[in-house]
Amino acid sequence: MKFAVIRFPGSNCDQDCFSAINSIDGAQADYVWHKETSLRGYDAIVLPGGFAYGDYLRCGAIARFSPIMKAVIADARAGKLVLGTCNGFQVLCEAGLLPGALVRNRGLRFVCDMVTMRVEVADSPFTHGCAQGSLLRMPVAHGEGCYFADPETLRQLNEDRQVILRYANDRGEIVPDANPNGSIENIAGIVNRERNVFGLMPHPDRAADARLGSADGLKIFRSMMETIASGRAAAA
Amino acid sequence: MPDTIVDLTVTPELVAEHGLTPEEYERIKKILGREPNFTELGIFSVMWSEHCSYKNSRKELKKFPTTGPNILVRAGEENAGVVDIGDGWAIAFKIESHNHPSAIEPFQGAATGVGGIIRDIFTMGARPEFCLNSLRFGPITGDSPNLKTNRRLFAGVVSGIAHYGNCIGIPTVGGEIYFDESFEGNPLVNVFCLGVLRHDQLARGAARGVGNPVFYVGAETGRDGLAGAAFASRELTEESKEDRPAVQVGDPFKEKLLLEACLELLQRDAVAGIQDMGAAGLTCSTCETASRGGTGIEIDLAKVPKREPGMTPYEIMLSESQERMLIIAKRGQEDVVREIFEKWDVPCAEIGRVTDDGIMRVRNNGSIAAEIPAKPLADEAPLYSREVRKPTTENTEGAELLKKISVSSVSSVVNSLRQTLGDPTIASKNWVYRQYDHTVRTGTLVRPGSDAAVFEVKYANKILAATTDCNSLYCALDPREGGKIAVAEAARNLTCSGAKPLAVTDNLNFGNPYKPENFWQLREAVEGVAEACRAFGTPVTGGNVSLYNESPAGVVDPTPTVGMVGLIDKVEHVTTQWFKDEGDAIILVGEIGNELGGSRYLKVCHGKKIGPVPHVDLAREIEVQNATRELIRAGVIKSAHDCSEGGLAVALAESCFNPQKLFGAEVDLAAGETPAATVLFGEAQSRIVISIARDNLEKTMSILREHKVPFQQLGQVGGDTLRIRVNDQKFSWPIVDLHDDWWNAIARAVEGDASAERIPSL
Amino acid sequence: MKVNVIVKPKEAVLDPQGNAVRDAMRHLGMPEVKSVRIGKFMEIDVEGDDVDLEKKLHGLCRDLLSNPVIEDYELRKKS
Repeated sequence: MKFAVIRFPGSNCDQDCFSAINSIDGAQADYVWHKETSLRGYDAIVLPGGFAYGDYLRCGAIARFSPIMKAVIADARAGKLVLGTCNGFQVLCEAGLLPGALVRNRGLRFVCDMVTMRVEVADSPFTHGCAQGSLLRMPVAHGEGCYFADPETLRQLNEDRQVILRYANDRGEIVPDANPNGSIENIAGIVNRERNVFGLMPHPDRAADARLGSADGLKIFRSMMETIASGRAAAA
Repeated sequence: MPDTIVDLTVTPELVAEHGLTPEEYERIKKILGREPNFTELGIFSVMWSEHCSYKNSRKELKKFPTTGPNILVRAGEENAGVVDIGDGWAIAFKIESHNHPSAIEPFQGAATGVGGIIRDIFTMGARPEFCLNSLRFGPITGDSPNLKTNRRLFAGVVSGIAHYGNCIGIPTVGGEIYFDESFEGNPLVNVFCLGVLRHDQLARGAARGVGNPVFYVGAETGRDGLAGAAFASRELTEESKEDRPAVQVGDPFKEKLLLEACLELLQRDAVAGIQDMGAAGLTCSTCETASRGGTGIEIDLAKVPKREPGMTPYEIMLSESQERMLIIAKRGQEDVVREIFEKWDVPCAEIGRVTDDGIMRVRNNGSIAAEIPAKPLADEAPLYSREVRKPTTENTEGAELLKKISVSSVSSVVNSLRQTLGDPTIASKNWVYRQYDHTVRTGTLVRPGSDAAVFEVKYANKILAATTDCNSLYCALDPREGGKIAVAEAARNLTCSGAKPLAVTDNLNFGNPYKPENFWQLREAVEGVAEACRAFGTPVTGGNVSLYNESPAGVVDPTPTVGMVGLIDKVEHVTTQWFKDEGDAIILVGEIGNELGGSRYLKVCHGKKIGPVPHVDLAREIEVQNATRELIRAGVIKSAHDCSEGGLAVALAESCFNPQKLFGAEVDLAAGETPAATVLFGEAQSRIVISIARDNLEKTMSILREHKVPFQQLGQVGGDTLRIRVNDQKFSWPIVDLHDDWWNAIARAVEGDASAERIPSL
Repeated sequence: MKVNVIVKPKEAVLDPQGNAVRDAMRHLGMPEVKSVRIGKFMEIDVEGDDVDLEKKLHGLCRDLLSNPVIEDYELRKKS
């Protein structure tokens, strides 16, 4: 199963995504340079974390105009699985593939820490095998990860069960103290209405090895692989 | 056009303003066989500055041991030392200061410091894996008149480091931070970076191969960082005010592209030599590469990418614009260089070639702006032995005070531990490291907060431990002992994390070397560091010297920062400082001792910086560390914590602060006649607090006996209180309270004052 | 009174944000873009209107709103 890891100038978690995916049996990651124009042959697309174009204008604002983004958008519309972590989430929002926006952390400072999230939707293509209400632990590292959406968008997100993960405390409660960046309603990750594009601020790529504190991130990648496999089985 | 500046007549005043003595000027004339022009004067002044030539410190630096079986590139040979770590892999690492730029503009000063040290590492062909930093500021609590400035500098430096390191994607995994009055107005910002490479990837900063093309790659050149000499010359020429020298601004995004492009290029066998442009940018990189290559070099300034119009040769040669590199390509490989830098959208220009005449020749369109023999310029700066004088101030109040403190009441001792744990120097640095991305590159096995950072480099299958250490207070009281202890403590931190110390990089931060007392401190500290490095078998692979660290209030406490790297053989050996399980036995490896002088406790609780500082017996120290390492290898140790600032009381409390779950402990410190305050807070050396499962008690004791190191069983882990009994006195603290004092001290100091920080530039 | 404050990087100081945006604009079909400088724009509403207040504002522009080492500010009073 082939994953494309997009490299924008300034991506810096591309290598983390690459090695996390390649550590899974049956998964193979390739780097795809942002100047490429096609993603043919890939089963899934990953937009990694980092500071694409330095994030100097707004996070993800310049990256979304990279040549490869035309292919990402086209493949996403065609139903291919797209995962954006951290900066990748920001790019997906800027590109209009996901609703809402990520703004400066409430505390105005960059925050690097381990966070806990509660799985809100267990039957998404990205959270197969995670029980509803179960907890995932992953690192965050961002300065602009405060998720914002207007009330109407928020209402739709909730109604359509598009909020996949929320920041929670160790008991699974959605409380302000568990929210590292001030995201509205503790939102950590969302999917699009078609449920094939997933963005989250925490790093599944950095939670792929229990010795580093957590291997929960692998659940996301494995879930994507199951979705792809069952899609293939259905097509066959 | 300000071309007039080129033709400025070189007068004795101008020479003096460039920081050159009449004797040095004579030497320049002899090298050139004529008078230098203005540009050449500028070039000599930067190359012969302390920063580039180490003219005042080099004779002292020679005292460091620099050789060893693992050393692949020795100190001073290249931008950074390179050490073999086995299986064809090597590490390049170095520490460097950015003190003065950070004092002027903390955010950009610190940011460009990070950028500079990272370039030093990838110049060697190594992929930078992680950074540490060693920082010193004035107090951020208390009643210092400069409190606001101190906080602003502290917060600014931290966000500058975060900005650069986070954006470029190199984790900042550890370091140290001290606060003391002596650093008011002159903070110390020492940044360490380590990279990994295969032996055959090692790149050299030499201009080899006559006729090879010279490329300039990276950011355009602007009037950045034209300080000191250039600044003075400005007043003479009365250029427009807008042309004032500019503070260097770092661009981590550009450096990320430069890093990836350079590493990709180095894979392609197209490079004969590569050197970063740091201090004295184009000047230093051209003459040093030529000198190392035994060649000459010729460049044309008209071809250098420039940010601003109307820059003079003087300005271009002395600019300290960031994110630039000089690459000597192999002839015929020019297109490979262009292709790769175009891919990464990094400016790239062929600006000259390697010549055979040993001359650094700088053309500017048609004319010649400078023509200097490269080797004498790069390597023949004058070397000085400065006068030394031992300070004569006698401190007589020490003994008196120590006696008084020995009768401290129980309640005052109880308060003292809380006060000491809440001292920003001792307190948790979580407010700082939460702002640093310390998990990118997925190698951080031990996060910031334990004795040493532990980082796994998966592709090389190696586990590295690294630390920076120096107790400036000890060095102020006794620079020789302080230097020794800096090395001993660094090694102890590595040992506690399960590593065997390998090599050292050091950063000497001292005052004006022309003051004999300052130079005495430097010499003593260097000799102390050198002696300890020899004892541990950890050669010095390079580093940096920063002198003139003084503010109007006086000189900084001397600070020979030691950065030390070690190797951990197996992941099972990775050890942290925190207690792990209730009921485990707590053992002190080493002796309780009776040395209160120089302690953090005296400073924090009594406002005194008085000695005598603790004495380190290097042979004992090494045995304590060997024994601890053997216990770790034998698999019996659950936690190991170096006992340093704050003494046993702080070491025990910190061991209780497991990030997963707070533990209590019950210990009995039997110490004969020694007063409680000294037992609890004295900073005697060569001590490590370990915890082990009860079942392993016998095995542990027999290993310790074999090594003939003293040890003492102190008590056990458990409960929610830290209870310490010293002879017949009993002390106890709820661990939650101690943790709160320690964990939140810095946030309370900084966040409580919103005006401490300017609105960040970014 | 109402004032607008504009804070910009000084002319000679490198502006990495501006350069990144300039390059992106060029890539996106505007090679004519020569330079972009990025600063901050602040609208400030102050109770009262006299010379002393303006002086105070200038002081804060220097100490807080801008960093005089790398930035210039401009204070415009709205009528």
